[in-house]
Amino acid sequence: MVAPTVRLADRRVTRRSAAPARRSRIRHTLTVLSFMAPAVIGLAVFLLYPLASAVYFSFTKFDLISTPHWVGLSNYRAMAHDPTLRKAAVNTLYLVVVMVPARIAAAIGSALLLTRFKRGGGFYRTLFYLPALAPPVAATLAFVFLFKPGTGPVNTMLRSVGIQGPLWFNDPGWAKPSLVLLGLWGVGDIMIIFLAALLDVPQMYYEAAELDGANAWQRFRYVTWASISPVITFVAITGVIQTLQYFTQAAVAASVASGQATTGGGISSTFGYPLGSTFTYPLWLYMVGFRYNALGYANALAVVLFVVAFAATAVLLRRTFRGETTR
Amino acid sequence: MSAKLYWIARHSVAIALSVAFLAPVVFIVLTSLMSSNQALTSDFWPRTWHPGNYADVFRRTAMPRYLLNTIVYAGLATLFMLASSVPAAYALAKLRWRGRGVVFVLIICMMMLPPQVVTVPLYLMWARYHLTGTLWPLIVPMLFGDAFSIFLMRQFLLTIPEEYLDAARVDGCGEWRVLLRVVAPMARPGIAAAALFQFFYAWNDYYGPLLYTSENEQNWTLSLGLASFRSLHHVEWNLVTAATVLTMAPIVVVFFFAQKAFVQGVTLTGVKG
Repeated sequence: MVAPTVRLADRRVTRRSAAPARRSRIRHTLTVLSFMAPAVIGLAVFLLYPLASAVYFSFTKFDLISTPHWVGLSNYRAMAHDPTLRKAAVNTLYLVVVMVPARIAAAIGSALLLTRFKRGGGFYRTLFYLPALAPPVAATLAFVFLFKPGTGPVNTMLRSVGIQGPLWFNDPGWAKPSLVLLGLWGVGDIMIIFLAALLDVPQMYYEAAELDGANAWQRFRYVTWASISPVITFVAITGVIQTLQYFTQAAVAASVASGQATTGGGISSTFGYPLGSTFTYPLWLYMVGFRYNALGYANALAVVLFVVAFAATAVLLRRTFRGETTR
Repeated sequence: MSAKLYWIARHSVAIALSVAFLAPVVFIVLTSLMSSNQALTSDFWPRTWHPGNYADVFRRTAMPRYLLNTIVYAGLATLFMLASSVPAAYALAKLRWRGRGVVFVLIICMMMLPPQVVTVPLYLMWARYHLTGTLWPLIVPMLFGDAFSIFLMRQFLLTIPEEYLDAARVDGCGEWRVLLRVVAPMARPGIAAAALFQFFYAWNDYYGPLLYTSENEQNWTLSLGLASFRSLHHVEWNLVTAATVLTMAPIVVVFFFAQKAFVQGVTLTGVKG
């Protein structure tokens, strides 16, 4: 993909230039290729090819046995009349609108706290960060256990102070907030990013603001917030893209909380428990493709997911490149 | 006086948060040491201690096999990623060539792409080669560059001054020699961070192994085994929690040994991005 353009360019130049220059150009091209060839093949085989086939398949109908036949836009039209899809999209949107801002707020808050320590900060930082490393399946299992309605530690503690706790992962109204709590527990990854950004803000900005008589809120608003707002944009966009893929925690929480015997391929039977409240867009895509084998429709769902994620990526790319030209 | 109050206030908040972050793990560890009957109650503290639960997990379940599969998956994925992605990151950060911008944008697109988008075409591709049911569809692509690792290491390599490279080139080093002799040693923290991320990603991965191996329990990883554990041993929360602790423990141990590189890596992905 890259190689042809390089070679073309060389040929154009070589007609006019001397032989040694040509040889060194070819050598340079070969050197670059020796570094880049695997990655370029990877981009072609694992990005461009599957993207192109997903778009093509989205206009067809087929399963694992039959071959694709063209059905035009009918998969996309079907999406408009798919109640399960609507439910899944609403749940995913909920997570984007609630979990992403909640995680950012918690991350900025805890990072601000950490900047207040001259000694002991590193210790607290490690503690706050550790849960972010927990394997998602293990963390989800731990949370379902913690929030067990009857005998779980959380409700036991609530009972001891006279509060009747909710059913958490077993209540359609509480299942998504429980997943948000799980997301907040693992907030350390973005907290570290904000901590680095906050420590990068020059101390003299704060001193200047103080000299000008700015109060604590004004110092936060006009110095801290203004300095880290590019980082907030970056974290928000990557957070949205990650939340669009939200799969593991929803699948595992539903399966474990439902208490039904599900193994391997049968796992999708508990997707969305309780009452579809944890049913996200990627879960539906997976089910359509690998449980119902409606591969054409699954690809239409994939293309829509791609368009949304790509729009977010485009915003991010524009920002990155603007940053790079000014550097 | 007010300075002292402030000291108390911020430490109280920090300690309260630490308790909130640590409590889930403490409860899990305590429950993993209970008898199977007590684990069903609302007790916090084990009446009798049963460290044998951990041995039970290994003896009575397929955990050893899952562990082995996970180590093979995470280990090979990390090695393959390094072999393919370190040179790519070098070419993107330190060599000039036509098409570099386009390739870099494609790498970012691949990094941001939700894996579900390309799941069906890739699954059909691996099915043609009869590799579904194994972990190879997750390992082999690492030979062809991992977008996130390339991005991370490129950002790190940009911080290495050009003068070191030019000095080596003047001494007659080819680009591969420059990379292996000069740049790689200087970029060790960045390379280490990328390797750790890759290892942890594979260790924690659930979607990939579910997609390719769910029909073939022989090739399950810890994540898959753990997710199904509760249904196979459904009333034995002491064993479930012990298995959970066993899945988390290696990650924590590795983290403590490599904390510095790790934190540096996380920072690099966000700030310089």
